[in-house]
Order: sequence, then structure tokens, then C-alpha cells
Amino acid sequence: MARVMGKAMRQAYGEALVELGKKYKDLVVFDADVASSTRTIMFSQAHPDRFFNVGIAEMNMAAMAAGISTTGKIPFINTFACFMVLRCADPIRSLMAYTNLNVKIAGAYAGLSDSYDGASHHAIMDIAFMRSLPNMTVLSPCDGGEAAAATEAAILHQGPVYLRLHRNETPVLTDYSREPFRIGKGKILRDGRDVSIISTGYMVHKALDAAEALEKEGISAGVVNMSTIKPLDEELVLECARKTGRIVTAEEHSVHGGLGGAVAELLARKHPVPMAFVGVQDTFAESGDYEKLLEKYGLTPGAIAGKARGLVRGK
Amino acid sequence: MALQADRKALLEGLSGKFRNTIIDTLFKIQTGHPGGSLSAVEIVTTLYFEKMRVDPKNPKWPDRDRFVLGKGHAAPILYVALAKKGFFPEKDLETLRQLGSHLQGHPCAKKTPGVELSTGPLGLGLSAAQGMALGARMDGRDFRTYVLLGDGEIQEGIVWEAAMSAAKFGLDNLTAILDYNKVQLDGTTDEIMPLGDVRAKWESFGWHVIEIDGHKVEEIADALDRAKAVKGRPTIIVARTVKGKGVSFMEGKNTWHGKPISREEYEAAKAELGGGK
Ligand SMILES: Cc1ncc(C[n+]2csc(CCOP(=O)(O)OP(=O)(O)O)c2C)c(N)n1
Ligand SMILES: [Mg+2]
Repeated sequence: MARVMGKAMRQAYGEALVELGKKYKDLVVFDADVASSTRTIMFSQAHPDRFFNVGIAEMNMAAMAAGISTTGKIPFINTFACFMVLRCADPIRSLMAYTNLNVKIAGAYAGLSDSYDGASHHAIMDIAFMRSLPNMTVLSPCDGGEAAAATEAAILHQGPVYLRLHRNETPVLTDYSREPFRIGKGKILRDGRDVSIISTGYMVHKALDAAEALEKEGISAGVVNMSTIKPLDEELVLECARKTGRIVTAEEHSVHGGLGGAVAELLARKHPVPMAFVGVQDTFAESGDYEKLLEKYGLTPGAIAGKARGLVRGK
Repeated sequence: MALQADRKALLEGLSGKFRNTIIDTLFKIQTGHPGGSLSAVEIVTTLYFEKMRVDPKNPKWPDRDRFVLGKGHAAPILYVALAKKGFFPEKDLETLRQLGSHLQGHPCAKKTPGVELSTGPLGLGLSAAQGMALGARMDGRDFRTYVLLGDGEIQEGIVWEAAMSAAKFGLDNLTAILDYNKVQLDGTTDEIMPLGDVRAKWESFGWHVIEIDGHKVEEIADALDRAKAVKGRPTIIVARTVKGKGVSFMEGKNTWHGKPISREEYEAAKAELGGGK
């Protein structure tokens, strides 16, 4: 289906930070020489006294943010999601998560969205790391509006929050003009009887496309936007499992340790049903056009529909 | 030994060609990093076409000199040099950053012949280059290891961990080259994170420091020779450069770190570079 394109998450996030900076005087923003990419450059112009560019020194940024949070400030740290995990892992685990410090961690260019830079810059392991940390909240919005709403929710939440942001423009799927983003709550975007597709981030609209295609074949597929990955909306996942008895997860992440892992862990314990996983297989991707890359690595409506069809036909 | 006139002319000619190829390629693919690639042209050219001992027909020859591109985003200049050298066909350059290509956005040692280390995430190059130098010494091999660092890159803490250990282990078979263009991604190094007295910093970590103009091939060649003669400690060549060198509207501008080149900009750039391919 043709959808209205909206702002890129990073743009919506950058604009939201500027506005939220007016409302929350304790908000401070750090970046590590990628402010023009993460869009914190807008905050740096609007609130120069509350913006700190630490240069290409991500670990320093993260540990510094941990420290400043103990003085009552609410720091947002910013770099590419891949460097956030790879370089800031220690301060994130040993300072922020361990002590439940109030730091907000914005991972930009998540998934394969920094497509041309190549596997060295892709982040398809960030959810796995972040969700393995006690005390960590993991948010994964699906469009610009949701990214902005999740940014304020992160501020209102006490404790470390990982906000997974995507690089490119995304179709508009949500409307938060009359309600806040609620951490820990997924949303049913489409009801289904035969199979449920639980998706997150940029894969949500692909899941909707898959459901539409399946409908034409007589398969009724539900779609959930799981914009909080931790704490997982267990009730909703269980409701889907009970109702449709089949679950497909779809995420722009490794098939190991991400949303699919979270859902499978829950269902294995409480309500086992047949599952299938759409995500990047156990491989590094490569440089290339973003949509072509998603296609090559099996992150398409067709791939989602294929897995759903397989489950419904008992294959 | 001073660089002979014909060698100097050859290296300058190649540098000019490489600038053209970089601009042609990045314009065509509308992605990639022009500024940092143009900054390092003479350095990479002098290494590969004057000083380094490599064999394109035998890229894994154990005694080859090693080059590590710490600032991996300058991959285009590395690829252009490797192609010219014969590690892979020059026509492969057209596939840069495209699906299925061996030429990744940032160097991948598993895919591209002649690439010694996968880089891109900044700061790891010096440490890894040290390991190569250490391995050479353990095996009594006489190859040298070169590593090119960005000046923004040296803001990473690990660079200083490596600076300490390379001095401790007395790695005189390791030469680092600093692409000292004083510009990073968000602005100048002075704006984003001042580097202070770069010479004093490296000297205090136990390194021999040589300062040169990083766009003069004769100075680069001479500095590489002098570094080789230093015993008992590593050397860093602080090469003063200009980010975007050769294309006036890109020079010294952080905005040209990684921006697609428009048709008008391409034509202006080509006119300045004297065209040719
Ligand atoms: C660890 C890490 N952090 C951030 C980046 C994003 N990045 C790529 S290049 C660059 C600026 C590099 O500046 P410099 O080292 O001075 O290189 P040059 O000026 O020679 O292009 C940044 C921040 C990265 N590649 N790796
Ligand atoms: Mg620089």
C-alpha cells in the first residue's frame, strides 16, 4: 500500500530534543563528533550551554554522562548505534545499568540504515546487548512521530533507556498527538486470526504490507508494533499466541538476541507456539542501497509473508 | 636519499590522477567521503608507489610491508592506489559501495585483496598495526608496518593506549602517519576537541616525531626514510595536510567530510583538477 512518507526518526528526534530542552531544564545533550548525523546539531544551536561535543571519544562521553546524571541532570548521549554498543558498552553496563543511572542512550543509524558505509557501521547487535542488561529499557520506534514521543517518555522514565533510531525517512504509521508514548506497551495495528506478526522499527510497515498481501491469499495476519522491546509487553504477546497460535517476528537486527529472541523466550516459558523469525541471519551484511540491502538480506514484506504462510500451512 | 626528479614527477602525476578518479567515483555513486580521501592522496601514493614492498600477484606474501588505513573512511584513496598497483582491476572502482562489490564503504580485509585490516570504527588501527609490527619482530621478518591516522581519530582513548605500548615495546619497525588536516566531522579539531601540542604529546609518550608538509611527495619520501633509520622506538610523521585538498570549495571544510557531489560541483571540481582520468 502506498503510505505517506514522514520525517526520518533522527530528524524528529533532533527536533523533539530542541522542544523538550525548553520544557525540561535538566536535559543535557552529548555527542561524539556526529552531531550533524544524529541531528543533535539542532539542540546545540538552540541550547548551546547544555550541549557538549566530546569529539571522537564515545567511551569518554558515556562515562561522563553517567557522572553528570548523579548531579540531577538528564543526559542524552548520541552516536551511531554501532559505536554506542561497541565503544560505550562498559560505561553503559558498569555505570548506568548497574547503578540504574538516569542516562538516555540514543543509537543513531540503527539496523542497516547506514547502508552504504557497510557492515563496519551496521548495528544489528544493539538490541541483543542492551536487552541483556538489567535495569535497561529498550525502545524501538517505527516512525518519526513515535521517535519524538518515545524521547519524552525516556525523559519521564527514571533509569537508563536505549532509544533505537533509524537514519532514513519512514512512512507515517503512528499518531501521538492525543496520547503519550507508553513504555512497555505494544500496539495492535491490524487484527488477524491465523498468524500474528510482531514487528519493530522500520520493519513495521513491511509487516503491514505483508499482512495485506496475505489477506489476498485468504490468510488473516495480525500486526503488532512492538515499540518497547524491554520490558516486553508480555500480555500482548501471549494474547497473540493464544489467538492465532502462530507468531512471526520481524526486525532489522540479527535473528539472534533481538525482538525474536525476547518473544521466543517468553513463549517457550508460558505458551509455546510455532514461530518464525525475520531478521538478518548469522552474517555480516555489506555496503549498498538501503532497500536493495534489505531485500538481499531477507527483510521484506515478501519474506515476512513467506514465513507467515509457512506457519499457516504447517510447513 | 633525496627523491629523484623523475620519481617526484611520477608520484605527483599519480596523485593528480588519483584525485580525479576519487571525484569521478564519488560523484557517480553519490555517497562516500571526499574530504578525508583527498587529504591523504600524496601520503598513500608515496607509500605504495615509492616506499612499500608489496606484490599484487602475491598479496599475502609474508614479507610484504603492511599498510593500515586507520581512518577507514578514506577508503577511496586506498582502493584507487591498490587498483593502480594491480591488486584488482581498475574497473572494480565503479562498483564501490554497491551491492555485491568487494569494495565496501570502509576497507574489508576479508573481501579486498591488498587490504590488511578492516577499519571504519576509528581508533583501532594503531593498536592493530602494533600487533603486526610485533609479529614481524618475533619472527625476525624485516617488513615495516605503516598506519595512517586521522587527527580527529586520535581523540579516541585507545590511540593513547597504543602510543604507550608501542613505545614500551620499542617498535621501530612501525611508522604512524598523522593526517593533520585539523578538521573532523562536526567542525575543526579546535572547535570540537582541541588536540593541543601534538608533537609534545607524542614525544612525551616516547615516540620520535617528524613534521612535514603532507602534500609534498619529496618530504613524505624523505620522512619515511628517516623514520626507518630511527632505532628503538616508533616514529610518527605529523603530516600537515588540507582536508579536501585540490578542490578549492572542499578545502578545509568539515561539510565536505561525507557529502554527495552535485553535478555543478563535480564540473567545478574537475575543471580545477585539470580533468583527465
Ligand atoms: C569510533 C567512531 N566514531 C565515529 C565515527 C564517525 N566518523 C567517521 S569519520 C569521522 C571524522 C574523522 O575525522 P579525522 O580523523 O580527522 O579524519 P579526516 O579529517 O582525515 O577525514 C567520524 C566522527 C567513526 N567512524 N568511528
Ligand atoms: Mg582530520
